[in-house]
Amino acid sequence: MTPDSAKLLQRIGTPLVFTLSLLPFILLVLQLLTDALGANPIEAFIRHNGEWGLRFLLLTLTMTPLRYVLKQSWPLRYRRMLGLFAFFYVCIHLSSYIVLDQFFDWAEIWADILKRPFITVGMTAFLLLIPLVVTSNKMMMKRLGRNWQRLHRLVYVIAVCAVLHYFWLVKADLYWPTVYAVLLLALFTIRIAKSHAQRTRIS
Amino acid sequence: MLIKKPATIKSSEITDEAIYLRRREFLQTSAGLGLLPFVKTAAAKTGASLQHVKNAKLSSSEKPTAYESITSYNNFYEFGTDKESPAKYANRLTTEPWSIVIDGAVNKPGRYQLEDILKPHTLEERIYRLRCVERWSMVVPWIGFSLADLIKRFEPTSKAKYVQFTTLYRPKEMIGQQRGVLNWPYVEGLRMDEAMHPLTMLAVGLYGKVMPNQNGAPIRLVVPWKYGYKSIKSIVKISFTEQEPPTTWNLSAPSEYGFYSNVNPQVDHPRWSQRKERRIGEFLRRDTLMFNGYADEVAHLYKGMDLRKYY
Repeated sequence: MTPDSAKLLQRIGTPLVFTLSLLPFILLVLQLLTDALGANPIEAFIRHNGEWGLRFLLLTLTMTPLRYVLKQSWPLRYRRMLGLFAFFYVCIHLSSYIVLDQFFDWAEIWADILKRPFITVGMTAFLLLIPLVVTSNKMMMKRLGRNWQRLHRLVYVIAVCAVLHYFWLVKADLYWPTVYAVLLLALFTIRIAKSHAQRTRIS
Repeated sequence: MLIKKPATIKSSEITDEAIYLRRREFLQTSAGLGLLPFVKTAAAKTGASLQHVKNAKLSSSEKPTAYESITSYNNFYEFGTDKESPAKYANRLTTEPWSIVIDGAVNKPGRYQLEDILKPHTLEERIYRLRCVERWSMVVPWIGFSLADLIKRFEPTSKAKYVQFTTLYRPKEMIGQQRGVLNWPYVEGLRMDEAMHPLTMLAVGLYGKVMPNQNGAPIRLVVPWKYGYKSIKSIVKISFTEQEPPTTWNLSAPSEYGFYSNVNPQVDHPRWSQRKERRIGEFLRRDTLMFNGYADEVAHLYKGMDLRKYY
């Protein structure tokens, strides 16, 4: 990359990624308002936001391996934003379940969390995301030092929970949950291979 | 691995080569006998109106769900597992000619052309609630007739304790069958008294028109007090059996889908509550009713049975 194009990427990169990341949400809201989400729009809205949450989670996890593969550091610049967007979509997913689906029926929601494994594991993923969001700024990164990275390894647990959440809610067709599981496994494999290679080099 | 390999074509489905080689001869003979017009029946096309009378006594007074919703939001895994696929791909299904095999414990077994099966029956419109196991519901104005009237014609013997239904298996047209998501062909069953209940019907249309393919053309079962998957679509075989027949969703997940599958707000699906449902077109969910609101008519069928055990 030439210095000029690197500079350009730096300048437009952030707003571009931000806009692209927000686009699915804008489209979904427009579709919801124009009755373009099919016969069961609430179910579709909840499901699509959940899918985007999972996609952004996997995208966030792709940035580090992408850095190894490209041998460039720019993917890391977008990692935080993508992670925050994962949280954004998960929040929409969860709040539309609470408002649009259950309509604040707290007793039913509580029963769901306790009794339905797919909701238990989904809620776990959501709760685990909160400390990561809170500590995602530079100040917290500095304050936590080495512990920051330890804490943020929680994202692996979250991603596994999210994929399980998907697996346990489908009726019979496991195609898409399997696709996401395979992608996650691939991302994990790259990381493990990389850290193994590093360790071998050190020893 | 979790992705199952698609089911292969059963040997019984493959036309014998000798017959295949004589197919032109068959067509010529049929043409010669003047049978060809019957092979391509006069049965109506999708969208055509069906003559019928209204059965107000068995109909719900609730507002029917929009035609557009009923025909675009379907669970018909033979055409794909999402709700939109059936409307997209079901037009590939050839519904003419169509015949149904009647066999098992019955005095008049055989293969019958659909026209002959339908001929003696007066078509009625019945507005029924439909409750899907996935917690959504609709109100559908079906066109059809009581299954009991059909069963009587074929004279089941005293050995007939159950009725089993089979959906067409034709993966070339039913492209969802190219993947082994479920055990194809789809099978369902009813106990004889359930099958003979006046609410149980065979439907050939909805909203006064010929059944759209995505809704189970040309002929499907409708059992309004049971979860939707019991109401098997595109039926090609009706068998009378002494033993409880296997059912597809039960084979797929026995702990989640039982033989009876009566709508019951008190018995949860292992993975979700069945207390409420979303009526398509409505915002707030409504309470699910026992036997989908048909308790007065059908509760006696299950007297003394533990509905938690026989879910």
